[in-house]
Amino acid sequence: MLEFASSSAKRCTVPSRRGALSMTPEIRMHSPAKTKAASRFIWSYYASPQTFYPLAGTLIPWFAAAAAIFCAWGLYVGFFVAPSDATQGESYRVIFIHVAAAWMSMFLYVVMAFWAIVGLVLNTRLAAMMSSAIAPTGALFTFLALWTGSLWGKPTWGTWWVWDARLTSELILLFLYIGFIALQAAIEDPRRADRAGAVLAIVGVINVPVIYFSVQWWNTLHQGASVSLTRAPSMAATMLLGMLLMALGFWMYSIAVILSRVRSIVLERERRTDWVIKLAKGESAA
Amino acid sequence: MNWGSFDAFVAMGGYGLYVWGSYLVTAAALAIEVALLITRRRRTLRMLAHLHGMEGQ
Repeated sequence: MLEFASSSAKRCTVPSRRGALSMTPEIRMHSPAKTKAASRFIWSYYASPQTFYPLAGTLIPWFAAAAAIFCAWGLYVGFFVAPSDATQGESYRVIFIHVAAAWMSMFLYVVMAFWAIVGLVLNTRLAAMMSSAIAPTGALFTFLALWTGSLWGKPTWGTWWVWDARLTSELILLFLYIGFIALQAAIEDPRRADRAGAVLAIVGVINVPVIYFSVQWWNTLHQGASVSLTRAPSMAATMLLGMLLMALGFWMYSIAVILSRVRSIVLERERRTDWVIKLAKGESAA
Repeated sequence: MNWGSFDAFVAMGGYGLYVWGSYLVTAAALAIEVALLITRRRRTLRMLAHLHGMEGQ
């Protein structure tokens, strides 16, 4: 969230329309030293649920629009620009959502674990809420990675499912997400639920490199990575473009839905605080 | 252009079931998540209105 905070520095000087910002800081950027101090101040400023809530509300439509644009563009490239695969025919077109969903499933877990660590170490409320808000979306993308993988596996391998290292570790990722959600739901006290969930999320992060490197470490039925940072991708440029666009689209989608979910979590958890009471009265009066 | 006709597009070279089975389930899953989030937000705002909206007026 650091980049959101620094990119929205100007917003701080504008009082919120809803009056939810009761402590608007005055920031004037004249010297570099002051700018640095100011950016540190903004970072901690937006770490509070009260100030993050309206910022998230402003950002959601932008990320939603970006998600729609990238997904539409990605689907167009995936179905109308990218050619048929020489060996897999048209069945390979599952790749555009399969790989994007699989990337998101792993990436979101790492982000969830990151916020869990921040919440555990700094004991900040918003970090723990971010962690809880990411889990359902992460679980969804893990399910989609498995589902689309299965529908791709049937025509290419002749089987819906096989207990190979890549597939099994991805299934374990789904169980980690579900375990995290269930554990938090089972503990009534939210702060204790945060801590218990954080420990599970952090321990489970070891599974992410296992998923990623499983195709190298073990002899798997799943193919190796077609895209890697260290060598040229082993696929047509248009195929790669479609995949990257879908990944960007899913990324933007994830940010939009996670921000929306965290806003609801903030309101639910902070419902007894003065700023939420003020907000609720404003909403019902309007 | 990859597809001569709409039928060819739907057939996906004989892999229609697998390709569309992937895309439709993905689209449905994302749509359901968005719908659930909208419902959750409405429920939360109703809860807040119930809790605080009527006080002190």
